[in-house]
Amino acid sequence: MQSNRLGWLLLAPTLLILAMFGVFPFIYVLFVSFHQWNPFAVNPEMAFNWAANYRRVVFDAQFIASLGVTAAFVFFAVVSELILGYALAQAFMKDFPGKAFFRTIHTLPLIMAPIIVGSVWKLMTTPSIGIIPHLLDNWFGYDLNIGQSAGAAFVLTVIMDIWHWTPLVTLSLIAALVSLPPDPFEQAQIDGAGRWQIFWHITLPMIRPAILATVFIRLMDALRTVDEVLMLTGGGPGSATRYVGVHIFKEVFPRTNYGYGSAISVVVLYVTIVVCWLLYVGLIAPRNKKG
Amino acid sequence: MSRNWLYVLFWIFVSFLTLFPIYWLFVISVKPAVELFSTPDLILRDFYWQNYVDVLNDRTLRSYMVNSLVISTGNAVLCTLLGFMACYALSRFDMGGKESIFFWTITNRMAPPAVFLLPLFLLLTQVYKIGDFSLLDTRIGMILVYCTFNLPFAIWTLRPTIDGIPKELDEAAHVDGASPWRVIWEVVFPLARPGLAVTLILTWVFAWNEYLLAATLTNFNARTLTTGLSEYVTTTGTEWGIMATISVFTLIPALIVFGMVQRHIVAGLTFGAVKG
Repeated sequence: MQSNRLGWLLLAPTLLILAMFGVFPFIYVLFVSFHQWNPFAVNPEMAFNWAANYRRVVFDAQFIASLGVTAAFVFFAVVSELILGYALAQAFMKDFPGKAFFRTIHTLPLIMAPIIVGSVWKLMTTPSIGIIPHLLDNWFGYDLNIGQSAGAAFVLTVIMDIWHWTPLVTLSLIAALVSLPPDPFEQAQIDGAGRWQIFWHITLPMIRPAILATVFIRLMDALRTVDEVLMLTGGGPGSATRYVGVHIFKEVFPRTNYGYGSAISVVVLYVTIVVCWLLYVGLIAPRNKKG
Repeated sequence: MSRNWLYVLFWIFVSFLTLFPIYWLFVISVKPAVELFSTPDLILRDFYWQNYVDVLNDRTLRSYMVNSLVISTGNAVLCTLLGFMACYALSRFDMGGKESIFFWTITNRMAPPAVFLLPLFLLLTQVYKIGDFSLLDTRIGMILVYCTFNLPFAIWTLRPTIDGIPKELDEAAHVDGASPWRVIWEVVFPLARPGLAVTLILTWVFAWNEYLLAATLTNFNARTLTTGLSEYVTTTGTEWGIMATISVFTLIPALIVFGMVQRHIVAGLTFGAVKG
């Protein structure tokens, strides 16, 4: 074996950069979050103020509301994507002409920048420019205006997320379905099991690990949605689509109260870690142990 | 036989839903401003290229394009090289705690980017500066900052490639008298080229597509195309045609790149989704 010194030397730049830009920011922000610090105020000095910033976070109605709408957004988006993605993956299991071509097209939204997805959907849905409000008005007499209707704005952000990320669910479920052994299915058919029974008792349990892993990735991802919503609705109308990331970008960052902003960043990071940990412990870990 | 055609019809419908929003982006980009507010027309009748000419002639937007190119290329090259070195170290050396280090790198990618905004801003303006020179609003600063999500990605995608190159090849070269440094760059590096290419391209796309950090950590000198796009959306009035055209300009490189690595992209994206 070669000397480990070369190994550490090769690893050093990576460790240095990740420490400088990944870890140290959080040690620093944790430190700042316990201080009163506003460089542009009358008293610009940093002053230790215990957990005052955190007390403010807990009673910040806007922040708590943004956690609520984020949870609703994540729930509706991920559930729809899972159902749609499974249906589409099943539709890929048959042989038909042009399969590879259709799969390529289906993958396209995944490489698009979130900000471009937001821009595309803004152009589709802005009244008088977009085609969607026009068609809805012509066919159903429905007046879609995401600048005014909170419900419509929320639903559209969910639809946009579905358009952007369902392909990811489809691709990972295709991978799972392709790898299934054919025997249990043939046996079940011989035994006269119905389609629904086969799905419920054979397919679902067998692809459960893949489903859970996909849900995990999608949940973490949906939690951090910012760019496309910022572009489509700007978090509005009111605070209808002000998801946590949007809240930080629009409300916390532009303000100069660094102590309070740091406290919110720490809390959001903490909530994210806890949610992911609970999901991991609740969904993925027990399955791995069993089988 | 006939059922197969039902599937084809179904997928034509799904493809339509996927492609239509992108088509609409293009339609808006080739329409003169006066026609935008008349009744929307599904079919493109004539092309009006003025928006494209305007965007290309705009010095600010041109500099944003150059910034985007320099930052994403610099970042992709840096991350791929450092990722390769790190993976070689993790794969070939018997260092204590190396698996923990491997796992730790990826935790850097799991944090929501919005949480990084204020910490990085404070750090770049208050701590990482020499005299008057700070990393804020510089290309090199953005290249380094983007490493927080691209370097872990590079390490995780390159690890299987490097692990898959037989150690016997290194040892044989070593016995023949090659220095460790030469073994790395003249034996292992060429063999890892396919994996390196995919990593390079995907990290490039992630950096090219990034918006949030660029929007908060740059003002003018290092602004990227994605932030330029958001500048055209204002409360007083949006220049829709220009906005659509910048979007097309941002989209095209990603599409070209997608064509290049289409076959490998599935695995990469499934993981890449950990941080959009």
